[in-house]
Amino acid sequence: MTDLISSTPTGRSVVERSSRWERVALLVPGLGYVTAFMAVPVLLVLSYVFFQRGRFGGVVYEFTWENFSRALGPTYRTVLVDSLLIAGTATLLALLIGYPVAYAIAQLPTRWRNVALVLVVIPFWTNFLVRTYAWIVLLSSEGIVNRGLERLGVIEDPITLLYTRGAVVVGLVYAYLPLMILPLYASISKLDPELREAATNLGASRWRVFRDITWKLTLPGALTGCIFVFVPSLGNFVIPELLGGGKSVMVGNVVRDQFLKARDWPFGATLALVLIVVLVVLFFVQSRVSRRFSTGGPA
Amino acid sequence: MKAIAHHSRRALAAAAGVALVAALAACGGSDGDDSAAAELDPDADLSKQSIVVSNWADYMPEDVAAKFEEATGASMKVTNHATNEEVMAKLTAGSDSGIDVAFVSGPFAQALAEQGLVEPIHADLIPNLENLAEPATKLAYDEGNEYSVPYTWGTTGICYRSDLVKEAPTSWNDLLEPAPEHKGKVTMMATDRWLMLPAQKALGFSANTTDEDEMAKVKDKLVAAKMNLLAYDDTTFYERLISGEAVMVEAWDGWCNYGTAENKDITFTVPEEGSDLWVDTMVVLKSSKNKEAAHAFINYLLEPENGAWAAENILYNVPNQKAMDMLPAELKEQYPPLQVTAEELLEGEGLTDLGEAATMYTQLVTEITSSK
Repeated sequence: MTDLISSTPTGRSVVERSSRWERVALLVPGLGYVTAFMAVPVLLVLSYVFFQRGRFGGVVYEFTWENFSRALGPTYRTVLVDSLLIAGTATLLALLIGYPVAYAIAQLPTRWRNVALVLVVIPFWTNFLVRTYAWIVLLSSEGIVNRGLERLGVIEDPITLLYTRGAVVVGLVYAYLPLMILPLYASISKLDPELREAATNLGASRWRVFRDITWKLTLPGALTGCIFVFVPSLGNFVIPELLGGGKSVMVGNVVRDQFLKARDWPFGATLALVLIVVLVVLFFVQSRVSRRFSTGGPA
Repeated sequence: MKAIAHHSRRALAAAAGVALVAALAACGGSDGDDSAAAELDPDADLSKQSIVVSNWADYMPEDVAAKFEEATGASMKVTNHATNEEVMAKLTAGSDSGIDVAFVSGPFAQALAEQGLVEPIHADLIPNLENLAEPATKLAYDEGNEYSVPYTWGTTGICYRSDLVKEAPTSWNDLLEPAPEHKGKVTMMATDRWLMLPAQKALGFSANTTDEDEMAKVKDKLVAAKMNLLAYDDTTFYERLISGEAVMVEAWDGWCNYGTAENKDITFTVPEEGSDLWVDTMVVLKSSKNKEAAHAFINYLLEPENGAWAAENILYNVPNQKAMDMLPAELKEQYPPLQVTAEELLEGEGLTDLGEAATMYTQLVTEITSSK
């Protein structure tokens, strides 16, 4: 400690120098984490895709392009397109449900806001699998929804709700809705109410105020929420299995199966790579759009 | 509760983490050891040895470690795996897994042996091998029990509600092409080998076939069958039967028993075209430093009372004749699959490792389950 203060040969102030070291020190844990748990695994995935499957799992280091031609073949293309559709539908629904909720929470008095936010997060305290199993109880033909509708006289015979694509979408929306609401709430609560007042005073209709002011200023939050919902939805393999009855296959299931069933790590890595590329493109679009709106550039 | 815990055994709901671990584990390449047997000392002082046993949860008596220590002096720790695939990832990762004895299904034992990872069984250290039913020494994946010892075994068939079907199913086609009133009320298993099994048997093929033309026919049959399915399900199928949402499901004999425990109308049958024979086995790892104690443990589990525990608590057949003879008559009465003889079980085709064809199976499963 003492020599830090006593010797400053370059003449720079002690504060400046120590703050630089501080910055480095503060960055190390974060950078270390990203390197160890993101960069290294991604590099591993990248390195596997050009090699062949070992009979008992693992990788045989003989070069091949075959993984790519298989991954881009019709079977897996169908699965990918299907997954994009399912995850996209779930994201859109989450946005339609999440936006009004986030908006309403932002209008509450501060004390109730916190209560409401805690309520949004509470389901996360329960195990994901347990919450998903709960939907089986709700949706099965002997389940609560069907029983309720029968009692109300809406339907006579139970309708098939469980083990459908709809059930998968519902499960995904339910699982990831809080991830939509929270970023939306953050950006809606930062809105300056005076902007809306000014627009109203200048004669804008409520719809126009929403469209030109509220929506545009909260778009970055909405896009963040969409990414937060879309990404885990696309990779999910538990919900398609439990609520879809394994009849709708998503790309997450296929990747999981390569590692755990076929013991085909290189092909699993290739499918994972395809998924990563799709997501990186999405992130790029999201950050471009967000930047345009948050810096007030040409709309 | 045993049944519930047992769910995870073959179940697919393995965590994504496993895949990641498996991927990271690939860093260390594995080189096949020579398969020569180690020199073991039959008079080794077991009290100086300790072993780690990896098994499915609730698959052996809870106090097994304490009792084993009492009986032999060797100390023992139990670790659990949820699936074959999970323990395979640990055992094939290249470095010493720390596991001495592992419980895996037959084809996986075969795969481990072919890779040179398991110690040949030293029969002289396991006198209780004589308790095994004779057919259990002639299993396709390991004839003569050279590197594995069977622990439980069973078959796959149709589990159905006798009160909800007009005619009892007799053929795999009753499941694959259900009567109009049963459409949407049948389930099949989701795991590769068992998803294929009904169609393979209905078409008269082997459950181990790797012939592409045969598998193409199997695929067509299964794609057609998909329309009539409630779900692909190998975790909750007997609950679907209990609630009546399903009237007929593809099931393992032991799991159908869990349904029978809740509803007496739930019945198990093996279709006339035949079925499989699956076996869960014990293997000693080559990397084990306490192979004498590992053999002593296998010997201990082959004591009739330990086999009987498995049969009584998890309702599976055990290939241990003395253990089966110890079972109370009422139990066998209540759960008819427990009355099956070893000879009858052996009519089922033993599943063996598919080797390279595993890729084809998985690809076909994706094509079937993603078909519309």
